[in-house]
Amino acid sequence: MKERILEVRGLNVDYGLGPESVRAVRDVDLTLHRGEVLGLAGESGSGKSTLAYGMTRLLPPPGIVAGGEVIYTLDDGSTVDLLRIRDADLRRLRWSEIAIVFQGAINSLNPVQRISTQLVDVLKAHSARSTPKARQDRARELLGLVGIASDRLHSYPHQLSGGMRQRVMIAMALALEPRVVIMDEPTTALDVVVQRQILRTLVELRERLGFSVVFITHDLSLLVEFSDRIAIMYAGQVVEEATSADLYRTPLHPYSDGLLHSFPALKGPRRELSGIAGSPPDLRSMPGGCPFHPRCGRAMDVCATRTPVLGQSTAGRSVACWLHPVSVG
Amino acid sequence: MSYLLKRIGFYLLTVWAAVTINFFVPRMIPGDPVQALITKQRGQMTSEAVRSLYVLFGLDKDESLASQYFSYLGQLLRGDLGMSFTFFPSPVADVIGDGLPWTVGLVGITTVIGFFLGTAAGAVVGWRRGTWADSLIPVTTFVSSIPYFWLGLVAIALLTGPGSFFPASGAYEIGLVPNWDWQFIGSTVQHGLLPGFTILISSVSGWILSMRNMMVTVSSDDYVTVAHAKGLPERRVMLAYAARNALLPNVSGFALALGFIVGGTLLVEIVFSYPGLGLQLFQAVGAKDYPLLQGIFLIITLSVLLANLLADVAYLALDPRTRREG
Repeated sequence: MKERILEVRGLNVDYGLGPESVRAVRDVDLTLHRGEVLGLAGESGSGKSTLAYGMTRLLPPPGIVAGGEVIYTLDDGSTVDLLRIRDADLRRLRWSEIAIVFQGAINSLNPVQRISTQLVDVLKAHSARSTPKARQDRARELLGLVGIASDRLHSYPHQLSGGMRQRVMIAMALALEPRVVIMDEPTTALDVVVQRQILRTLVELRERLGFSVVFITHDLSLLVEFSDRIAIMYAGQVVEEATSADLYRTPLHPYSDGLLHSFPALKGPRRELSGIAGSPPDLRSMPGGCPFHPRCGRAMDVCATRTPVLGQSTAGRSVACWLHPVSVG
Repeated sequence: MSYLLKRIGFYLLTVWAAVTINFFVPRMIPGDPVQALITKQRGQMTSEAVRSLYVLFGLDKDESLASQYFSYLGQLLRGDLGMSFTFFPSPVADVIGDGLPWTVGLVGITTVIGFFLGTAAGAVVGWRRGTWADSLIPVTTFVSSIPYFWLGLVAIALLTGPGSFFPASGAYEIGLVPNWDWQFIGSTVQHGLLPGFTILISSVSGWILSMRNMMVTVSSDDYVTVAHAKGLPERRVMLAYAARNALLPNVSGFALALGFIVGGTLLVEIVFSYPGLGLQLFQAVGAKDYPLLQGIFLIITLSVLLANLLADVAYLALDPRTRREG
C-alpha cells in the first residue's frame, strides 16, 4: 500500500450562510499518495477549484468550509488536520509543504513588484536565516529549473509573456521543495503549443523532484496522459474515481463517458466527439436522486428518486451510479 | 525618461495656453477697472489722471492688443503681475505673496495629513472587511458628503465665542507682528486648529472610502490569494501586495487634491476670515480687481499643472507598467 500524504474526508464547502447558502462541494473524499498525480476533472462550476481552495483554507468569502477533515501527513509520519490547525502553524506549512499553481498566471503575480522580489519573499518568509545572496542565487536557480534565462530575474510581470509568467509561477511553487503541488488549471489560459511545453516541463520536474500533484482541469484528455488516477466531479460531488487507464478504456459513469468524448484525444485512433447535452444543475435547486439524471442518456426510474453513493461497484471500481450498484459488504 | 520629457513639454504648452487665456478673458468681460476707480473717487479726476491710470493698468487704448499681449508676457517673465486695484498701489505679486503662505500652510498641511491618515485607515478598514471596522463606513460616507464650509459654520457656532479657546476668525491674534517667535507661532496654530480640523475631517473620510473600496477590490485579486498561499506574514500580504496596489488610484487623487490646495478651499477661508489666497480671490471678484484675479488664477493654474506633473512622476515611481522602455 502506498503511503498516504493528503487525505480529504467528507469535505463540504458552502457559499453563504443560513438558508440562502449553496453547497458547492458535497461530501468529497479524496486520497493523494506520495509521488502520485491525482487528476480532478469536471465541467466549469463542478466544484473542482472550490475543493482545492477549501482544503487549503484559501477560500475567499463568502465561501465557508462547512465540515470535513483534510489530513496531511508530515515528513516524520505525524498527521495534522489542515482545517483545524492554528493560523501560524498553517502559515508555516503553506508553500513549504503544499504549494499551489493557480488558474491564470496573468493575475497571479503582483504587477508592481519584480519577479525577483516575489520569488525571494517566499524564501525569506520560510527561512529567515538565509542570506540575501543565497536567496538571490536560489531564485536564479529556480528560474533555470523552468527554462527562463536568469537575466529575467529582475523583470516585472508585465514584461513577460503569458507562458513565461506561468513558468515563473511553477518555479515559485517549487521554491521550498514542497511535497504536494496543487495545480488549478495551470495551462488553461495559454495556447496549445505553450500548454504542451509547460506540461513537459512539469513532467520532467516531477520525475526529478518527486512531489505529488493534484491536477485540476476540465480537459480530461490532458489528464489521461498526465495523471495516475482521476476523480471526476459533478455538481460538487465525486462521481467516479479510477486509474487513468481504466477511466480512459472503460468509463463507468455516463458523465465520465460524456466528458471523455467532449475532447479530441491527442494521440490514438480518431473518435467521434459527442459532448454532453444540457448544462450543469443549479446548485440552489438540485434535482432529486442522481444530480446527473436529467442529462443522462441512460437514466432509469431509480435515478430520479434515489441518490447513488460513491462506493466499490461490482466491477471493483469506485463509482456513484445506479448502472453499477455498490457491492454489498 | 523620454515619456517624462514629453509630459513636461505638454505641461509647458498648457502653461502658455493658460497664460494666454488669462490675458484675454478679463479684457472680454464687460466693465472697466478705471471706470470703477473713477466711480470710487466720485468723478473727482482730471482727464490727465484718468489717462495715466489706463497706462498704468496696461489698458492703454492707443496700444494694439498684440503689443499689450507681448508686454504682458514680458512682465510675467520678470515676475511682475501688475498693480492690484483694491490694494492700490501694492503690486499683485506682493499681495499674493502675503496670502499664499497662509493658504499653503493651512490647506497644504491638512491635505497631506488627511491623505496619509485616510489612506492608512482605509487600508486597514478594507483589509479587515466583514469585522467591526465596517461600521466606520456609514459614518465616513455621511461625513464626506458634508461640505466643509458648512462644517466650519457649525464649528464656529458651537465652539467659538467669548471665553472659548478657539478664535472664530483670522490667522493670528490681532496686534501680533508676524515673525518666528513662539508667541506668534502658538497663536497661528491656535487659529489654524478649527479651520484645519474642519478640512481634515471631511477630507479624511473621502480618502478612507476610496482606499477601503480599492483594498476590497484588490484583496480578491489572484496575487493576494497567492501571497496568502505562500505563507507570507499577514502584514506583508497586506502592505506589499494589497495596499501597494490599492494605493495607485489614490495617488492620482492626491495629486489633484494638491493642485486644489491653492484655490479649492475658498469657502473655508471666507467662513473663517482666514487671510489666504481664497479670501483674496473673493475680494478681488467683488472689486473687479483684474490684475489680482489674473495673478491668482495663474497661481492656481500653475499649481494644478505642477500637481499633475507630480502625479505623473509618482505614478512612474509606483507603477512599473507605466514606465516605457527606450
